[in-house]
Amino acid sequence: MSTIKGVEKMSQPNPVNSLASVAASRPQHVDSKHVAGTGLEARNIHAWFGDKHVIDDVTLDFYPGTVTALIGPSGCGKSTFIRILNRMHEFIPTAAMAGEVLLEGTDIYKSGTDVTKIRLGIGMVFQKPNPFPSMTIKENVLSGLKLAQLKVANQSELLESCLIRAGLWNEVKDRLDEYGGALSGGQQQRLCIARSLAVSPQVLLMDEPCSALDPGSTLRIEETIRELSASMTIVIVTHNMQQAARVSDRTGFFLSDGGPGRLIECSTTSEIFSNPKDKRTEDYVTGRFG
Amino acid sequence: MSATVAQPIKPWRVNFKQAWPEIAGAIFAVVLTYAIVSATPLKGKLGFFVTLIFVATIVAAGISWLRRDRKAAFNSVSTVLVYIAGLFVIVPLASILYEIVRRGIAGLSWGMFTTDMAVTASDAPLSEGGILHAVVGSLYVVLIATIVSVPIGLLTSLYLTEIKGKAASTIRFFVQAMSGIPSIVAGLFIYAIWMIALGNQYSAFTGAMALAILMIPTVARTSEEVLKLVPGDLREAGLALGGTQWRTVAMIILPAAQSGLITSVILGIARVAGETAPLLLTMGGADALNLNPFSGYSSAIPFYVWKNFSMGTELSIQRAWSGVLVLMIIVLIFFSITRLLSNKKGRF
Repeated sequence: MSTIKGVEKMSQPNPVNSLASVAASRPQHVDSKHVAGTGLEARNIHAWFGDKHVIDDVTLDFYPGTVTALIGPSGCGKSTFIRILNRMHEFIPTAAMAGEVLLEGTDIYKSGTDVTKIRLGIGMVFQKPNPFPSMTIKENVLSGLKLAQLKVANQSELLESCLIRAGLWNEVKDRLDEYGGALSGGQQQRLCIARSLAVSPQVLLMDEPCSALDPGSTLRIEETIRELSASMTIVIVTHNMQQAARVSDRTGFFLSDGGPGRLIECSTTSEIFSNPKDKRTEDYVTGRFG
Repeated sequence: MSATVAQPIKPWRVNFKQAWPEIAGAIFAVVLTYAIVSATPLKGKLGFFVTLIFVATIVAAGISWLRRDRKAAFNSVSTVLVYIAGLFVIVPLASILYEIVRRGIAGLSWGMFTTDMAVTASDAPLSEGGILHAVVGSLYVVLIATIVSVPIGLLTSLYLTEIKGKAASTIRFFVQAMSGIPSIVAGLFIYAIWMIALGNQYSAFTGAMALAILMIPTVARTSEEVLKLVPGDLREAGLALGGTQWRTVAMIILPAAQSGLITSVILGIARVAGETAPLLLTMGGADALNLNPFSGYSSAIPFYVWKNFSMGTELSIQRAWSGVLVLMIIVLIFFSITRLLSNKKGRF
């Protein structure tokens, strides 16, 4: 019976069902209960650039050990939102914000907080691979330690484990002293992931990490994300709904109706793709708009 | 049946068949120019070159128009003008270099680098006396000026690009204004403030202070341009890894911009190495070797050249030319060393 059902689903052109089946086919290793005071919690987040209100009242919890995907059309504030989560928002001169971001129950915007410690605990992978050009592959991976002046007993062990976890070890183990710029785009992005892992963050934010990569590298990075999710909280912004369905446990849908971006709906990924509560979410995930 | 082995060729390369009208045109232009110059009152090399510009442009345009169309004619006019402009830059440079070597080489000897002019008159035979005091003086002033200006210039550029403080636009304005001041004014400034008002004496250090005033804006401006080229991504990546701003700049931004920053230092040195005017006011111009840069009259190569030229005798002018050649060689050696240092792999 189930095989026949699967065949029926395959033959249907409706993208909602195919994405829903992608989402459902993945093991859901998380229950939807969230314990307050753990993981990363965003409370009533607003953001402005100058007078322009770009995010309106977003409250969203990121559970430990899960992957949360943020989807939505361009310009709806997804990237701004995750930059708020590790205090990168404040580097834009006109930026302002309101609300609280709680890491393990403590507001990261509380005055007197050591920002460098926050960013050490909440790592970030950027859209464009950006290995440090003046450093070798090895130095790139270990750069976080030097930047944050951390001491590690066994550097070569850490180097190897980070590169293995980022899925890059086999490709670079014989060329650790080459410069990072010599790698391909996909390898560079995995190098950047390895670099973020070296400082063992609790949370990893990824801002469209695969948008500049080919399908093979994308697949490799998605595997990496799945493997990492057991040990940390991952937030990934993506324009690729297939990707959201493949890698995430929970999905949040952002939308702007010309004004500030809002969180329309957040639920388990299979729920968002098979049974969205909001009509706009359904329209978006079925490709009817956006 | 074996497949034919492909041979690498360059089909876009211009062969003689396509190029002969241009070559013929170029020869025709030169011959025609020669004829015009001989037949008319236009005289000399300058007349020849000015006529050549016009004739070559017209001939090139005519050939292209006949072979193709009007668009091609305009294209070849611009091509010819660009080539001629290049020629105008290269010809004077090459002739200056040639002239310096030709005139300077006669006075060059090993003894020149081991003796000074303390007991030698400027018009003594060239086998006596030397330039040692001026070489040492020049090394002192350039070295001290570099030590003073590179940190100040670099920190200024970091303020402008990394800190982007409130005063940034004001500072940028003053740096630009400073880079335009005539060198003699820098010399006068140090003379008035450092020497007369503060009571310091002529010395290599005083000269270096004047040069530093000229060097700081050059280093600051070029470093700023270089630092602006470092992608903002790298700054964010460094900060996102938990680095402080200082560690991000020191570990990521500066190494990434390294070769450009070295170029900015070279440009700064090039700006001051041949300066004469500020040194005339601040160094005193000794003829004897002075190993103490902080006190006593001392000399520098440009100073030596100026002094010997102003003597005006045949032998002193020969000394001046040799001094120019030595200055050129020293600057060349210095440039080569810094180029080698900056040609590391994996940088911008």
